[in-house]
Amino acid sequence: MEKVISVSLGELALKGSNRKYFEDQLIKQIMNKTKDIRYDKLYKEQGKIYIEANEEKFESLMEKLKNVFGLVYISPCIRVEKDIEAIEEACILNMKERLEKDPNIKTFKVDTNRADKNFAFTSPEISREIGKRLLNKFDNLNVDVHNPDLYMYIDIKQTHAYIYSERIKAYGGMPIGTSGKALLLISGGIDSPVAGFMMAKRGVSLSCVHYHSYPFTSERGEEKVKELAKKLSMYTGKIKFYSVNILNIQKEINEKCPEKEMTIISRKFMMRIAEKIARYNKLDALITGESLGQVASQTMQGLTVTDESVSIPVFRPLIGMDKVDIIEIARDIDTLETSNLPFEDCCTVFLPKHPVTNPSVENIKRSEEALDVETLVKDAIDNMKVYIIK
Amino acid sequence: MIYLDNCATTKMRRKVIETMYSSLEKDFGNPSSLHRLGLKSEKEIKKSRQIVSDYLNVDEREIYFTSGGTESNNIAIQSIVNSLCKRGKHIITTNIEHASIINTMKELETKGFKVTYLDVDSEGRISLEDLKQAINDETILVSIIHVNNEIGTIQDIKEIKNIIKLKNSKVILHVDGIQSFGKIDFSIKDLGIDTFSFSSHKIHGPKGVGGLYVKRDLKLSPIVFGGNQERGMRSGTENVSGIIAFGKAVEIMDKNKQEERKHVLELKRYTIELIEKNIEDIKINSSLDNGFSPYILSISFRNTRGEVLLHFLEQKDIYISTASACSSNGTKKSDILKAIGLDDLEIEGTIRICFSYENNKDDIVYFVDELRKSVEEIRKIMKR
Repeated sequence: MEKVISVSLGELALKGSNRKYFEDQLIKQIMNKTKDIRYDKLYKEQGKIYIEANEEKFESLMEKLKNVFGLVYISPCIRVEKDIEAIEEACILNMKERLEKDPNIKTFKVDTNRADKNFAFTSPEISREIGKRLLNKFDNLNVDVHNPDLYMYIDIKQTHAYIYSERIKAYGGMPIGTSGKALLLISGGIDSPVAGFMMAKRGVSLSCVHYHSYPFTSERGEEKVKELAKKLSMYTGKIKFYSVNILNIQKEINEKCPEKEMTIISRKFMMRIAEKIARYNKLDALITGESLGQVASQTMQGLTVTDESVSIPVFRPLIGMDKVDIIEIARDIDTLETSNLPFEDCCTVFLPKHPVTNPSVENIKRSEEALDVETLVKDAIDNMKVYIIK
Repeated sequence: MIYLDNCATTKMRRKVIETMYSSLEKDFGNPSSLHRLGLKSEKEIKKSRQIVSDYLNVDEREIYFTSGGTESNNIAIQSIVNSLCKRGKHIITTNIEHASIINTMKELETKGFKVTYLDVDSEGRISLEDLKQAINDETILVSIIHVNNEIGTIQDIKEIKNIIKLKNSKVILHVDGIQSFGKIDFSIKDLGIDTFSFSSHKIHGPKGVGGLYVKRDLKLSPIVFGGNQERGMRSGTENVSGIIAFGKAVEIMDKNKQEERKHVLELKRYTIELIEKNIEDIKINSSLDNGFSPYILSISFRNTRGEVLLHFLEQKDIYISTASACSSNGTKKSDILKAIGLDDLEIEGTIRICFSYENNKDDIVYFVDELRKSVEEIRKIMKR
């Protein structure tokens, strides 16, 4: 009888012939994420991944595993020989441990999954037999098949049986990198880190581009955004971070274009620069934290104008979300506190009092004729700084 | 580098660093240890205490070393309140205090104390009449900042004490002296101060050290308990090397103070002169007269942003500070700048220049020139 951690792969299990590739990616990421913790062995068995380690390390291992995309559940479990007596013993042990922690457990249900169809008993037979034995052993417990306080899971696999009653929910999604690479336009606000997280969860590997107007904004503002990228890197692994100063662009717009178009034209420049960086670095899409109607530049017309400036796909995972829901995710992924720090990455000097809310592609284009767009973009990229965040 | 942010902190003097280095190496004994090494540390601390009490012209038993200004203010206020809360629950302070006072008061308010916050006039000084009105039989403590840290106003402590004596002589007077210690001339005894807090790193000593003067006949109970170091007022193993270096910093400051104060006053005058000559549309918030610290100069540049100016100047290796942070979601406006009658535009464009003996006139010429260029560039963008 040994204690191991089991990891369920959820959506991955459905991926047909690609399954092996996804599983291998996932194992690579699990190994990478847990490399600081010494575990003894990691192996696959019939759709699940198992980790052998000293039980003292379970807590820290599970903490790391929770942040790996592509995992659905993580469970500390007991591994035994495929023998009904051994299974019973493990179930009793597990039940005792659970009852010690939570004396409120009054009802249970045994749930068996027999992956090894050659095993002598069927799943319902095992559930019934073990349920009976548990009832005999624990006087205060009853069976409730509809709404039990505790599920006792028994997985019968090729080599062993696994017993567990705790399923810690992970984020689900897909292993990082299996859906390609994209460039996140990240600011110090609440939204963009959440947008990055959501795409990363779908298996997208992230790079980040950040725009600032130093000395009109402070270096602390940039540090804050790097801190946010670092939080994201807990999920994604190391992130390439491009920092671009757009002060000269903003000065030019400020001087030559209508005040109310300041924000939308700046936004177009950010998209253009991002597209250039993405294409050069073989990133196949842009990700932004825009949510429809949240601010003036995020109206449907505003988004149409910004989209028009690039030909690369733009992902906006927050487009239909309310601010409160975005904040909830930000809190969950631990970026909220950092986002709420006071340092701004856009100086209020450049914010128009009444930004245009229904810009037209043509009008904005006409305003931009006063600017040497190509040179401004090129200069900004020539002077950008690149960091590796990990 | 031209460092003009000496109210935030100062650079340690070379001699002080050497003293600290050698004490870190040699005087590592715990003053509470019975052996010779412990005794050596104890004696060194005693020496520092002597230097500080000599400088302040008080009894050495009236000086307690702490971890800095914030701790000193906390010990003073909380201890006074703890020992006197049976007599009354009313405290008087000003609304231009340092956070370590304001936030302690806020905490006391949640515990049922009533706090009166005195307003200041156009020079940043409290009204003695207001103070007179505020003191009543319930009042146990008046806590006043000696030199304001944003514009440098010196409060008239002597008159404040006179009013206390007149209205309710039992009221304790605490003075936050973080920006006055070593920077202006005064006598704790003559002013009738009961408790006085001061800090090392504002006078070219190390960070993490400060002190509290407590008048001999004032019996205060500690707020932190432990090994009863500092005669029970501040438990915890002493910051030996820090205290030794602090002593050294006070010793050097004491020796050079007249000369240095004359020097910084001249720098302040010269800075005002150059700025007035070269930059338009400004407002000087700190006067040159002796009601203000010579070390602090606050100036507002209309149609600029203090923080943007700061970032422009840091690129030239010049360091100043601002009165408020540039922020789109409601700038936290400084109370004293509002109180002295600045409008929002002026507050946004306010910077603080704080001198030290290390600055010279050439620095000021270079600084004002860079400042002028920065102001012009920012205005070009903002005036649109």
